[in-house]
Amino acid sequence: MLTSESLKRIDREIAKYPADQKQSAVMAALAIAQQERGWLSSEAIEFVAAYLGMAPIAAYEVATFYNMYDLEPVGKYKLSVCTNLPCMLTGGVDAGEYLKRKLGIGYNETTPDGLITLKEGECMGACGDAPVMIVNNRRMCSWMNPEQIDKLLAELK
Amino acid sequence: MAILGAINPMLSVGLEGGDKAWRLADYVRRGGYAALRRILEEKLPQEYVINEVKKSVLRGRGGAGFPTGLKWSFMPRSFPGDKYVVCNSDEGEPGTFKDRDLLRYDPHSVIEGMAIAAFAMGATRGYNYIHGEIWEIYERFEEALDEARAAGFLGKDILGSGFSFELFAHHGYGAYICGEETALLESIEGKKGQPRFKPPFPASFGLYGKPTTINNTETFASIPYILNLGGEHFLEVGKANNGGTKLFSVSGHVNRPGNYEVPLGTPFVTLLEMAGGMRGGRKLKACIPGGSSSPVVPAATMMECTMDYDSISKAGSMLGSGAVIVMDETTCMVKALERLSFFYYEESCGQCTPCREGTNWLYKVVHRIEHGQGRGDDLDLLASITTNIMGRTICALGDAASMPVQSFVKHYGDEFAYHIEHKKCLVPVDVQRAGSGFFTATV
Repeated sequence: MLTSESLKRIDREIAKYPADQKQSAVMAALAIAQQERGWLSSEAIEFVAAYLGMAPIAAYEVATFYNMYDLEPVGKYKLSVCTNLPCMLTGGVDAGEYLKRKLGIGYNETTPDGLITLKEGECMGACGDAPVMIVNNRRMCSWMNPEQIDKLLAELK
Repeated sequence: MAILGAINPMLSVGLEGGDKAWRLADYVRRGGYAALRRILEEKLPQEYVINEVKKSVLRGRGGAGFPTGLKWSFMPRSFPGDKYVVCNSDEGEPGTFKDRDLLRYDPHSVIEGMAIAAFAMGATRGYNYIHGEIWEIYERFEEALDEARAAGFLGKDILGSGFSFELFAHHGYGAYICGEETALLESIEGKKGQPRFKPPFPASFGLYGKPTTINNTETFASIPYILNLGGEHFLEVGKANNGGTKLFSVSGHVNRPGNYEVPLGTPFVTLLEMAGGMRGGRKLKACIPGGSSSPVVPAATMMECTMDYDSISKAGSMLGSGAVIVMDETTCMVKALERLSFFYYEESCGQCTPCREGTNWLYKVVHRIEHGQGRGDDLDLLASITTNIMGRTICALGDAASMPVQSFVKHYGDEFAYHIEHKKCLVPVDVQRAGSGFFTATV
């Protein structure tokens, strides 16, 4: 199900916890699985659960509780825009609207070419850089005015 | 971003280099790891360390403001077996972004603070739980841990003292509730982040059921400075009952949003000036002084406040995490509250009925007021929902969702009434739009 490289990364996570607490690595393992496969299918979640010796339902509970896990396929790039109050005061909501217009999609939708999925995110802990957005759960983009957004979209191919 | 300004700084000294000065060698050059080294080499007793922290009157920087030294003294340090020290870097309270900068520019201060805490409480293992959204910072912290291990500041027999401490990073993945300390522990255990009923408190039943102490990132980062300068000195930098400097995250309608390190007790007016003043020279309307959960304070009261636990509390709010959300006259208070209410509804873990159902009600009612469908008795309904949530839940999220509603309606009731009666904002929509400044770059 997962490449040996991903399994090696999961093993490194398991090693952080006491030997009888492998389940502690489930959040990291699910994140690694999602990074490799693009999203978390039931099969991927079950695989992670088996790998860590936990019940599939326990891993599924985790995957559904935390909002950065994707339980459905997303575009090649997932763009999460913060619209929470501090960002909103500095244009977070406007940035979301601007993106919707540019991409011709709404939140939780993917462009027809499968390139970009747009999500409304919650506070990302970077309010001083507002408006902020995150690409694929990994890259934080700061001060996203129209110019910066255009630049980012040109880069995401 | 960076730490943009400071008065009598401790935490941000030497960080002017920003991204270039976070490595172990830079930290050691500015005096880093000296406190840990002194404690271990001079074989200082655990009680000495805890007493210095008590004398400093360092209060937890995560929001609750509980005295750190007292918290540490609750740990059964002679209890045989595993004990844990956990750092809460799950910074997701809207308006708060100080821990991100600390971990980014000075990760070793957090590592050193945690190692000292572990020594003082007899813990041998620790975790730093880092907000999943700041992934680059998580990776940096992992790198800093590798550096500290290689240099012998972490691991077995640290600096030949016989004291061992293993420290690891754990990332979140998008759940505000994990900033609540027992939810955070559940999350490290690989479960849904649902808060535990207290008691038992983590000091007796924490991570994996073992004694555990959880402190905020900034709290740990302050520890080396307290040990180096002495607890009394740290206290004197702040004011009575409010020791030390604190990082304030200033966001919203100011010219220079960012982090500022100032002594507790610094006037709000000074902090506002440091942040470049109000954007476009507009007037301050309101301020949320301690993160989105703290009650909103009207401009006139806020301008009289000093930034410390006692003054903000007197103004009817909370210093919280030091997240100062500044709103000018272009802000529609109903819209602002609508967004916050949506946040708490979205982030309620669903465990307690009053919070799970109540946050949904709060959002729905504020949403319909904002969208011109408010009813005559909606403000009474909001009041009734909040009193039926508060104090009836396992953790503080229900209260955190209620306090903004109560304070917004209390101070800006006329705006809400206008919305209900006229089915539109008191502040014209184009004025609100101009306030965000988003389109000025192209228009």
